Amino acid sequence: MVVAVDQDVLVRNNVTVGGRADGPVMMFAHGFGCDQNMWRFVVPAFEDDYRTVLFDFVGAGGSDLSAYDPRRYATLDGYALDVVEVVRALDLRDVIFVGHSVSAMIGVLAASAEPSRFGALVLVAPSPCYIDDEGYTGGFTEEDIEGLLATLDSNYLGWSASMAPAIMGNPDRPQLGAELTASFCRTDPEIQKRFARATFLSDNRADLTRVKLPTLVMQCRADVIAPDCVGEYVHAQIPGSVLARLSASGHCPNLSAPEETVTAIAAFLEKYPGIGT
Amino acid sequence: MAPSATPESGNPATAAFYSALAEDDPAELYDNAPCAYLSMLPDGTVIKVNATFLTWTGYGQDAVFGRRFQDLLAPGDRIFYETHAAPLLLMQGSLREIAVAVTCPAGERLPVLLNAILKRDEAGQPLVIRAVMFDATERLAYERELLAAKHRAEESEARARVLAQTLQRSFLPPAIITVPGLDLGGAYRPAGDGSEVGGDFYDVFHLGPPDACGIVLGDVCGKGAGAAVVTALARYTVRAEALHVTTPSGILTGLHQALVAYYPDTFCTALFGLLEPVPGGHRLTAATGGHPLPLCRRADGSVETIGHPGSFLGMRKTARLNQFTAALSPGDTMILYTDGVTEGRRDEEFFGESGVAGVLGTAAAAGQTAQQIADSVVAAAVGFQDGVTRDDIAVVVVREPT
Repeated sequence: MVVAVDQDVLVRNNVTVGGRADGPVMMFAHGFGCDQNMWRFVVPAFEDDYRTVLFDFVGAGGSDLSAYDPRRYATLDGYALDVVEVVRALDLRDVIFVGHSVSAMIGVLAASAEPSRFGALVLVAPSPCYIDDEGYTGGFTEEDIEGLLATLDSNYLGWSASMAPAIMGNPDRPQLGAELTASFCRTDPEIQKRFARATFLSDNRADLTRVKLPTLVMQCRADVIAPDCVGEYVHAQIPGSVLARLSASGHCPNLSAPEETVTAIAAFLEKYPGIGT
Repeated sequence: MAPSATPESGNPATAAFYSALAEDDPAELYDNAPCAYLSMLPDGTVIKVNATFLTWTGYGQDAVFGRRFQDLLAPGDRIFYETHAAPLLLMQGSLREIAVAVTCPAGERLPVLLNAILKRDEAGQPLVIRAVMFDATERLAYERELLAAKHRAEESEARARVLAQTLQRSFLPPAIITVPGLDLGGAYRPAGDGSEVGGDFYDVFHLGPPDACGIVLGDVCGKGAGAAVVTALARYTVRAEALHVTTPSGILTGLHQALVAYYPDTFCTALFGLLEPVPGGHRLTAATGGHPLPLCRRADGSVETIGHPGSFLGMRKTARLNQFTAALSPGDTMILYTDGVTEGRRDEEFFGESGVAGVLGTAAAAGQTAQQIADSVVAAAVGFQDGVTRDDIAVVVVREPT
């Protein structure tokens, strides 16, 4: 079957496809703050066996900023639509979706919107709700999020609209090239603030119980953004999910402990040899 | 270059140099540097700080050792650090000028600018993060003022735009009135992005015998608030004059006198026309004050200019106004416009009267309504300038249905 590839979506989301062309599909989604380069130490480990799909959400990294629509991206549903549209554009099936941070929940929403296209979820440092609620500890208050917005404002000076678009550096080099450094973690401050609101004021707790896919929940030590109790909550709410506790600390094991991250994902995928094929 | 003298040389300057060097031994330089030093493990656990950090924050050594640096930040900054700073540090090995605030023991916040480097071991594994912080209290206060000023500027720009657009709307009728036996249309487009009020105005109102109407189209010189005041005066003066003056030249003379009396330094061009039903169509009685003459496309497809130009209104003692008449027969279409239409430029070329005549001919032949023709002419004039209009554009179209 010949499927027309929607080039517009692939350009809009700066989609990068690699790995084994006929392998099962692993799709990696970045979280709030940075872009697909968050996965550059993890993805190579899967390239021999899997077809790897990376992308930037509209408003981040090398995406088309002119496609940013404040209404669409006011909630995580708009970001989930990015995932669905990329998956449709490439006509992917049984996708193993690996989402970091807020993308974990974006993956849950995307899989629920288009269940036939997803095969498994890997949630790295997920949180369904960042704000404390009765009987639930998210770790933050709404005032804390206002503080984050103020900090984004005072760091806007580091960003310049004239910065060159991102160019991928040499993947063998552990550190980023100057071109990439210029764009990594930097984008239009207004878009960042809107993404921050969409992320940290979201509440997707009710969506967890509806997840029907094999799911891995990865919890780091001492993660201030997604603390232990949140990872446990996600694990408890998603029926049949597997909880992997990493010895890595912080919120970005994909950067700080890529080997451990790879090992945990690979071990999970070994349990479900049928996924993605 | 190494100093050639020795401490024993007896030179007072040299002695002072060595004394200063002794004071600035590395330990002293570290502890009492004019910036805060903080070393941490890759996960943020604080392992070393200098005295400046402790003095600035008010923490004792024991209160910070073993704690993670992120936990010393306000919660919002903690998110920023984990989602922006920490990834950057791991990816590029350094951070520069990150603005965060350290929460001090009593809860007050010390705004700092943070630079950091990540040191890796021989195997490339992260070993230690060295951070240096500068007190940014005053810089932050200044930046807040700048940001507040920027927000205020954006708000007032938005308000000015709304004000300009609202004011501009008041120079045009909300909708063109319906006159039995005539098809009327009007269109307007501001100059540039519409953030400034232009001086173009038009109006159509019932006047004279039943089913007759008055049409005025004008262009006050200049832009902005000054032009807006005169434009408002012009539009309402024409309405007021039309209540008791019966001839178009008389009405424009009244406008001229008002301008001379109240705004002697400004001028405008205007066209006033009275359309009265006559057997077999309408009669136009009109006068122009320095305004582009109307074009009329006859039912047979020919296009002609109607009337005689007069002198512009205002500034001079008297205005020379020639009143003229023309007949509109079924199938005729007349267009009145301001010079923003004809003077639309692309490179050295003007849209010109021929541009108007061309669009008028095509649109009328295609059977468009007066409103559609007005919109077509504006769209063509704007398109001719690649969408960037230097002057505002106003158009009124009168069509005598067949």
